[in-house]
Amino acid sequence: MAKANRPLSPHLQVYRWGAHMAVSIIHRATGSALAFGAILLTWWLVAMATGHEYFSTVQDYAGSWIGRLVLFGITFSLMQHLASGIRHLFMDMGRLYDLKINTLSAKSTFVFSVVATIGIWYAAYKVMGVI
Amino acid sequence: MTDMKTPIAKVRGLGSAKDGTHHWLSHRVTAIANIPLVVFFVVSFVGNAGKGHAEWVAWLKQPVVSVLMILFIANMVYHMRLGLQVLIEDYVYDPGTKFASMIALTFSCVLIAALSIFSILRIAFGG
Repeated sequence: MAKANRPLSPHLQVYRWGAHMAVSIIHRATGSALAFGAILLTWWLVAMATGHEYFSTVQDYAGSWIGRLVLFGITFSLMQHLASGIRHLFMDMGRLYDLKINTLSAKSTFVFSVVATIGIWYAAYKVMGVI
Repeated sequence: MTDMKTPIAKVRGLGSAKDGTHHWLSHRVTAIANIPLVVFFVVSFVGNAGKGHAEWVAWLKQPVVSVLMILFIANMVYHMRLGLQVLIEDYVYDPGTKFASMIALTFSCVLIAALSIFSILRIAFGG
């Protein structure tokens, strides 16, 4: 890698921040968060195969306030990655490049992920009989 | 076509490995497969929220659930491996660190898949 002090071409900082840029970088960020979620899922499955006692310990970690916060973040990451992933699939087919629909679809992914995350947690608490 | 490569470039043999398209397509195919698998996964987790060990084991023991969970793990880990590879390629500049990161990524992904799938099978076959 050449380390010469060459002039650089204009990069991200020269562009006005927009929903299409936010959704792009957040797709990567949520993808990385989900990799951490995959490690937690593995831990949980190993705990289940290990036995009743260790599984209860892991379930207690998951049920603590910090555990719930992490799981809430992973739920949001999963829904956001899902929505922007589907948007990417449409873009791979040459759709959604028109300026208005591009911004609208980018914003829609956030609306979807927020609503879906709250909906999933509401349903889960409903199943548990907490609410 | 005339070969424009310098002799040193030929010896080093660096450049495209000619499998970028396969990487890109595999990422999309696993993305499509992940859509129904994630729906199954989320619906199952909401449906079993707050359950104890016995109930979770009974859920995972069902043949359809075992197979779907194995498919989900395998597909998701492959998708994750492809995605994180791109992140390393984009953000890790030093060739040595990049090489070490790639090896660590591949080993971690195989380990995650092996541990998860072994656990599912152990429960499915009543270990």
